[in-house]
Amino acid sequence: MQPFEIVRPRAFEEAFAALADPGSRAIAGGTGLVDLMKLGVERPRRVVDISRLPLAEFHIDSDGLRIGALVSNSAVAADMAVRRNAPAISEAVLSGASGQIRNAATVGGNLMQATRCPYFRGSAWPCNRKQPGSGCAALGHEEASHAVLGRSAQCIAVHPSDLVVALLALDATVHLRGAGGYRSLSIAGFYRQPGNTPHVLSALGAGELITAVHVPLSSLSRNSTYLKLRHRASFEFAAASVGAALHIADGRIADIAVALGGVGTVPWRRRDLERELIGHRPTEALFRDFGNALLEGATGTDATMFKVPLARGAISRALQDLTHR
Amino acid sequence: MSHPDDSHCTLVRLTVNGRPVEVRVDVRRTLLDLLREDLSLFGTKKGCDLGQCGACTVHIDGERRLSCLQLAALADGREVRTIEGVAGPDGELHPLQQAFIRHDAMQCGFCTPGQIMSALAILAEGGPADEADLRERLSGNLCRCGAYDGIVKAIMDVADAAV
Repeated sequence: MQPFEIVRPRAFEEAFAALADPGSRAIAGGTGLVDLMKLGVERPRRVVDISRLPLAEFHIDSDGLRIGALVSNSAVAADMAVRRNAPAISEAVLSGASGQIRNAATVGGNLMQATRCPYFRGSAWPCNRKQPGSGCAALGHEEASHAVLGRSAQCIAVHPSDLVVALLALDATVHLRGAGGYRSLSIAGFYRQPGNTPHVLSALGAGELITAVHVPLSSLSRNSTYLKLRHRASFEFAAASVGAALHIADGRIADIAVALGGVGTVPWRRRDLERELIGHRPTEALFRDFGNALLEGATGTDATMFKVPLARGAISRALQDLTHR
Repeated sequence: MSHPDDSHCTLVRLTVNGRPVEVRVDVRRTLLDLLREDLSLFGTKKGCDLGQCGACTVHIDGERRLSCLQLAALADGREVRTIEGVAGPDGELHPLQQAFIRHDAMQCGFCTPGQIMSALAILAEGGPADEADLRERLSGNLCRCGAYDGIVKAIMDVADAAV
């Protein structure tokens, strides 16, 4: 690990000034950054401890659910109001990491966590995300942490967050703040597929911080779930996961949202396909056809294409569970 | 890191097992290394040093956390409890420690301090509802010897006694 300066701002202006240097990194729980610093993937000149900033608000009102960036994963998972109004979020957070990690890890950190691609995490291989133009060691040597959707010739790394998948299904908004002011983006608009710029993961600007996520609550969000499939029973990232929400009225689908994790370079959702389901009866056949369409375009190798039937099954299972809840 | 260049050192003040400590450390030092190297508290173990095994589990301000992913400099002002702070002041073993012995909940013992620190936190949180719930909540503590059955029985024994 390279030595670094530590700054512990209590005010936003101080934080943005400290983060202005491109060699600076924000730290909160540290479960992401300290891991990457030990691996040599991150070598910040300056570490800015943002844990003293007022970013831990956590409340529900008629507008929805607002979760500050510094709220811990375990606080989100334990909250009864979240469980009642947006169970997909509770289930997603609880399915991730371990109890110890969830205590330290924050919502903002969860959104910004790095891929688990072993070539990204290692130091001996070319990686376009770390050094643009150097190549992608994963292509042709894929495994469970690689994507079958949203790939490019430069990068195929999965975004490993569970929470982000649930937030995408529930139409969450990400609030950002920087020296230049405030802005908000949908979760869908926040993440970037690798394309020709695999080093650009999100719309977060230089020196900007996530301040909060906001989730609208409705009968749709109240009938939501997160299903995570992986090789181990716990403490492992998803091979494929589904964040889904379903509102049925008079025996027909009134509203539906399905986001996929573990399979895309970004959390995956197709609103156009969801709209086609409105007004139809929630049958197994309908869900199966929807799953096929959602996974259309999936590409990979023998080592990763197992995710397609796995995800398809997960979509059917999650939607059937929600139909019968 | 034992004789660090002073330009990237910092003073860390914290409370460890009820005692105030003050240590000058390299900014890169983790809490795990501070406990083991600077305070000679060897009970907390370094299994993977990357947050994947749970052997380094301690309590920070009452919450179970991984000390290998905690920069010591950023633990300034915190209350830390390690396995050395679990037994009574006269050395009397905590009921959970007694249960671990009774149920043969270890083989090599390397994961044991982390298992106990994790379990204490789970018991304080409430529950566990049953063995399946306990195994899920303890999933961040790996045991390479496979002593999980004994570990789970020991913890459930204490949990049931508390009801």
